[in-house]
Amino acid sequence: MLITPRNRLTLSENDVTPEAVYLSRRHFMAGAAGLGLAASFPGVTLAGPDYSEVAKAQGPQWFEDKLANTRWDAVVAEDKITPFNDATHYNNFYEFGSDKDDPAQNAGKLNTVPWSVTIDGEVANPGRYALEDIVQPSRFEERIYRLRCVEAWSMVIPWLGIPLADVIKRAGPTGNAKYVRFETLVDPKQMPGQDSRFALIDWPYEEGLRIDEAMHPLAFLAVGMYGRVLPNQNGAPLRLVVPWKYGFKSIKSIVRILLVEEQPETSWHKLAPNEYGFYANVNPEVDHPRWSQATERRLPNSLFRPNVIETQMFNGYAEQVAGLYQGMDLRKYY
Amino acid sequence: MWLWRTLVFIAALVPVGWWAWHVAMNAAGPEPGRYLLLNFGQGALVLLLITLSLTPLTKLTRWKGFSVVRRQLGLWTFSYGLAHLLCYLLFILALDWSALGTELQRRPYIIVGALALLILLILSLTSNRASMRRLGKRWKALHKLVYLVLALVLLHFFWIVRADLTQWSGYAAVAVGLMLLRIPPVARTLPALRKRAQRHGHD
Repeated sequence: MLITPRNRLTLSENDVTPEAVYLSRRHFMAGAAGLGLAASFPGVTLAGPDYSEVAKAQGPQWFEDKLANTRWDAVVAEDKITPFNDATHYNNFYEFGSDKDDPAQNAGKLNTVPWSVTIDGEVANPGRYALEDIVQPSRFEERIYRLRCVEAWSMVIPWLGIPLADVIKRAGPTGNAKYVRFETLVDPKQMPGQDSRFALIDWPYEEGLRIDEAMHPLAFLAVGMYGRVLPNQNGAPLRLVVPWKYGFKSIKSIVRILLVEEQPETSWHKLAPNEYGFYANVNPEVDHPRWSQATERRLPNSLFRPNVIETQMFNGYAEQVAGLYQGMDLRKYY
Repeated sequence: MWLWRTLVFIAALVPVGWWAWHVAMNAAGPEPGRYLLLNFGQGALVLLLITLSLTPLTKLTRWKGFSVVRRQLGLWTFSYGLAHLLCYLLFILALDWSALGTELQRRPYIIVGALALLILLILSLTSNRASMRRLGKRWKALHKLVYLVLALVLLHFFWIVRADLTQWSGYAAVAVGLMLLRIPPVARTLPALRKRAQRHGHD
């Protein structure tokens, strides 16, 4: 039996929204009321944050249908949200090239409709499912998470999606399901980076979580961001978001979710085991061998304001997730 | 020749203007400091490779133009390297000197990069005629350290690569090629190549 601790981030908005943000939203609603909007549309909930600056995109019909019923701001961060243009033009997605702007340039070839995901291994209901069927039973939530890259930069992204736990529960994990393994699509025709002869990653990209980490309420499967469908370079059409771990754990363009008994091998760990561990929890006290993890550059920054801030234990989510690692030596299990 | 030298001088400044323009226009991405850091670093490596190609080119073509800009390009290499260091101190470390101490102790690629720049500094300071005269024969031996710089710079770059060696392999291949051209038997064939080309031209 898996017990996930109920904590204050389990999706009760009044509890989780920091006061400052909450007040600003009230302010926004008061403003809307002043314009007569609330009065003329009684019962209409305001559609969360303002994304008028964001490039519009038409998602598949099922996505747009579910979007209308999104629980906006289900989890929020106090931090300022990174501009959409930066979040979509500064990506590590080696399937599309190794430079930060390669994914934005090369990801257009990826065809995300239709998309199916194989869920198998130690589950009662194995099979290959259409993405819409995986997502359908859960309500969309918006979660504003800090994203801390292992390269010591960070952003704040408003994701749109469903809790990972929902999907795993529906698959019906057996008693042997101790870990979850994820796989990215392999198709060099759509993902030119997989053709590179000097790429050191052994495709497919693989990631994994311990089952209790995967069932944690903060672990999230995103299908959108900034109030719209995910751009390809950000991991469309389905990606993982684990906000207390370094970004590389949050695997993109997922085609397979496998429940297993043994701890799975993961791509970066395979490539450089002394630099990247299985856990990869954000930890300012454990350096990457080639650079310090004590601080991070919050992006966007400028030449006059490098915006170097202190990195928080578990990326600031310690209160929610520290319990998962009680008694573990985090220097050893980095 | 002064015109040629001026042209080279301007050409070496063009990339700096190009990058500055991008930063000023907000077209350098969300991390302009890192953009400059990487460009100056890569620029320094390119300039180093160009500098090291001048001697083989002179042998191949006998055109004096290549050798008269050698010192200038060497100094540009150092300048770009220095700018690269400044970017690191300003934008990555945000002038946190205690962090610099830690980095210098713990990160081999930082040590290797710092060593390469230190050697370039010494070579730059002794690149004038007075130093050449004062050092005599030892000047040439001292300036052979530029080959060590090339090796250190490539190692520095290699250690930063996370997952894709494409770019690095390109630079390393050029570096290996330039070093091969300096092996005496190979180096001797360069003037011969020129003569053969000339003879064909006269046929």
